[in-house]
Amino acid sequence: MTLRKYLVLAGVAVFAAAGDSMLSHGMKQTGNISLHHLQGVILAVLNPWVAVGIVLLFAFFAAYMNALSWADLTYVLPATSVSYVLLALVARFALHENISASRWLGIALISGGVAFAAGGPALTAHGHGEEKSSLLAKAAKNGAPADGAAAEDGVPTEVRS
Amino acid sequence: MKALSAVSAYTWGAIVVMTLASIVGDVLLARAMKQVGDVHEVWQRSGLWTVVARTLGNPIFFLGIAAMTVSFFSLLFALSWGDVSLVAPAAASLTFIGNAFAAKVFLHEKVDRRRWIAAMLVAAGVALLAG
Repeated sequence: MTLRKYLVLAGVAVFAAAGDSMLSHGMKQTGNISLHHLQGVILAVLNPWVAVGIVLLFAFFAAYMNALSWADLTYVLPATSVSYVLLALVARFALHENISASRWLGIALISGGVAFAAGGPALTAHGHGEEKSSLLAKAAKNGAPADGAAAEDGVPTEVRS
Repeated sequence: MKALSAVSAYTWGAIVVMTLASIVGDVLLARAMKQVGDVHEVWQRSGLWTVVARTLGNPIFFLGIAAMTVSFFSLLFALSWGDVSLVAPAAASLTFIGNAFAAKVFLHEKVDRRRWIAAMLVAAGVALLAG
């Protein structure tokens, strides 16, 4: 794990928390959407809070895809659930909302889950583990044939077209 | 929190649809990005364009996006019904557990005791935050 990878995970959490809170704030302003009035969806997207929320969720998505390219799903999800803790802390210290004992317990449990996940290996399932990957990167930098490195990535040729 | 009997069928439907769709989406996207390869390395070796082209050229990526879109719109509908305090955390909580199963079965990730404990703690914590 490099600093850059931790920053990507932090980005996933921060963008998710910021995007979700803006979306839910905006949706409360726009009111109900029902299956019979689907034009409400368009009105919702025109609300600035919802629009900014969607932009932030795109940033979240890019960071999330980045993380999933080098880490297991069962590592990324618990590690980035720190976003729930961020949301609760913003509610407490920026919005001065009251946080009940059970919610503090929830925050503690999630923090424990984040620590448990982050303490383990990021990648378990695939042939190109972290050490091998960095070896490949070094080999590529040292002028070794890039083709070999690319082929070992496990990318099916039809996917690359 | 509301009594369970007061929770509408729509709300339960939204929870089920959101949970299933986001599990399917997460698994498909995780598989697609593993096929793309480590974004940092591909970027350094072949440039950002290759990363974008490989990702957008991957059919599994689009299936994942489709599942995530279903999940996103079911949340959007649920948010406007005002049951946010139930739908979002319930679906999120169930998704953490479901994803651990799905990642083990479909992605062959080694979901060891550490990973299970992490998923359970987060799922329980998310459920408590809603209370």
